[in-house]
Amino acid sequence: MEYLLIFISAIFVNNIVLSQFLGICPFLGVSKKIDTAIGMGAALAFVLTLSTIITWLLQTYILNPMGLQYLQTLAFILVIAALVQMVEIMLKKVSPSLYQALGIYLPLITTNCCVLGVAILVMQKDYSLLESVVYAFSTALGFALALVVFAGIREQLSLVKIPKGMRGMSIVLVTAGLLALSFMGFSGLEGGLRSLFGLN
Amino acid sequence: MSNGKIFLNGLIKENPTFVLFLGMCPTLATTTSAINGLSMGLCTMAVLVCTNFVISCIKNITPDKVHIPVFIVVIAAFVSILQMFMSAYAPDSINKALGIYIPLIVVNCIILGRAESFACKHTPVASILDGLGIGLGFTIALTILGCIRELLGAGSLFGVHLLPDVMNIILFVLPPGAFLSLGYLVAIINKVKSNKD
Amino acid sequence: MKKIDSSLKNMVLVLVGICLVIGCLLALANQVTKGPIAQKSRKLLESGITMVMNGNCQMASTDTVKQNIDGKEHVFVIHNTTRNGKPYGAAVETSSNSFGGPLEMLVGFDESGTILGYTILKTSDTPGLGAKAAQWFQKGQKGDIIGKVPGNNGLSVSKDGGTVDAITASTITSRAFLKAVNEAYGAYMSKKCDAHTGASPKNEEVKSKEVDSATGATEHIKKEK
Repeated sequence: MEYLLIFISAIFVNNIVLSQFLGICPFLGVSKKIDTAIGMGAALAFVLTLSTIITWLLQTYILNPMGLQYLQTLAFILVIAALVQMVEIMLKKVSPSLYQALGIYLPLITTNCCVLGVAILVMQKDYSLLESVVYAFSTALGFALALVVFAGIREQLSLVKIPKGMRGMSIVLVTAGLLALSFMGFSGLEGGLRSLFGLN
Repeated sequence: MSNGKIFLNGLIKENPTFVLFLGMCPTLATTTSAINGLSMGLCTMAVLVCTNFVISCIKNITPDKVHIPVFIVVIAAFVSILQMFMSAYAPDSINKALGIYIPLIVVNCIILGRAESFACKHTPVASILDGLGIGLGFTIALTILGCIRELLGAGSLFGVHLLPDVMNIILFVLPPGAFLSLGYLVAIINKVKSNKD
Repeated sequence: MKKIDSSLKNMVLVLVGICLVIGCLLALANQVTKGPIAQKSRKLLESGITMVMNGNCQMASTDTVKQNIDGKEHVFVIHNTTRNGKPYGAAVETSSNSFGGPLEMLVGFDESGTILGYTILKTSDTPGLGAKAAQWFQKGQKGDIIGKVPGNNGLSVSKDGGTVDAITASTITSRAFLKAVNEAYGAYMSKKCDAHTGASPKNEEVKSKEVDSATGATEHIKKEK
């Protein structure tokens, strides 16, 4: 039950992009078309889940027992960079067409605040390994959801006349703001579900 | 480019927030108040100057193929040091407000971007100036955004209450407000720029 | 100076070399800052405790109490304090699930369980609404709980038949807040009676309590004595 709550909370209530501000760069940059959005979302889901597992294991079995917590940032980012590199190589061999489709977005996942952010958040929240995996996967889904919805809106926006000053990043930001506002409607969802299932 | 020009370039022509649109995550997340925005900007600037300098110094002993991992390690090192010093000496309210965004400076596109496009091609002195310029540009942008959000959302500026509570539009200290404030700020800047041309 | 070429030997050497240098640098920074960081967090805890205990007191021991409430294990950290050498109550760390996420707070009780003060450690509630909990329940404010004793029934909002005014438009947060306070009281009292064997009647009631999931109020179970 807890896992379902983590799942719902990560996608709607505390959406990683719209309320936690992680992953904004690709969000604003990759969301021009729906298919690229879906591709990015899928790639991120894969890397995010895998990297969370590895960094969790690293922190719990190597960094913490040896008192090396201060190496967390360094270790985590190296793991993520190496992982993305490996995924790139693997994808090139296994599915060249997908590799082509993702293009430059794949290496960009390394500098995606999302991945490092979730790895650190999971440690701060003191989740177990399974809870971390659920959280990471749900976060990626939340990111994909926000991305696809946003791409849909932007595709529509490109057909409309926009005042000169607002063209470019400005209208994109304001639209994102309105989307974030709508997601705020999910605020009480987690608390409500908890009471409903008597999980308090 | 003369050194002075390098500095001003980062401040205005290639302002990371308003022109290059890099480093959006911390920009939107930490500008809930003026002092938070200012602190975040200064932290990022500190890391940027240090990494620019070091990377410029070691650029000749860094084999081309591994330059990205090397840059990442250097950046991560300075961010870790910053983290430790912030935990030890910075006021608790700032640490709480900046929270997870301090370690996230590592993946701030500005720093890696500048290392890649400037520091590894210029002298250490020029790199320091570039770091200062870009860092200052970032800090000013964040402080302005922080001031706007704090004034509209909490009726205060740097903690000094200026407006009565009833005039607070709480939305501005919440996530949607961040997007909206920055969006309209960019629009205003665009308009001013296009009027000048 | 010509750039070093990317032979395997050079790449490995440079990478390993840099990692070693950086590793040493970070270890050094860690050594330098470890002391101040530990000192800072202790100071923060002390000032927080002094604040909720309403005045001068000294930190004595710290206990951890685990209780099973609604099938889930809750952990309470109890900081015992003394004043002029005599036991003076304790500050209890407690938390509950509020509107936007967990609500963590520190509540100060004196020896008889009277609330001396509180401070919110962490909240994810909306500023201006649920986040008002930091001031709303303080002394002299609308929801003043200072000086009250949760007792076996616990404190509850007027809507639920209690005596505390809920935050306007934030009933859920108010309920979560009081639940945390009541649970803290329960944990503190149960720890106190664990310390005295051959308990007084009150202890038996507290031991066999059932916590209502909505308000955290403890219901009277049949008195054992």
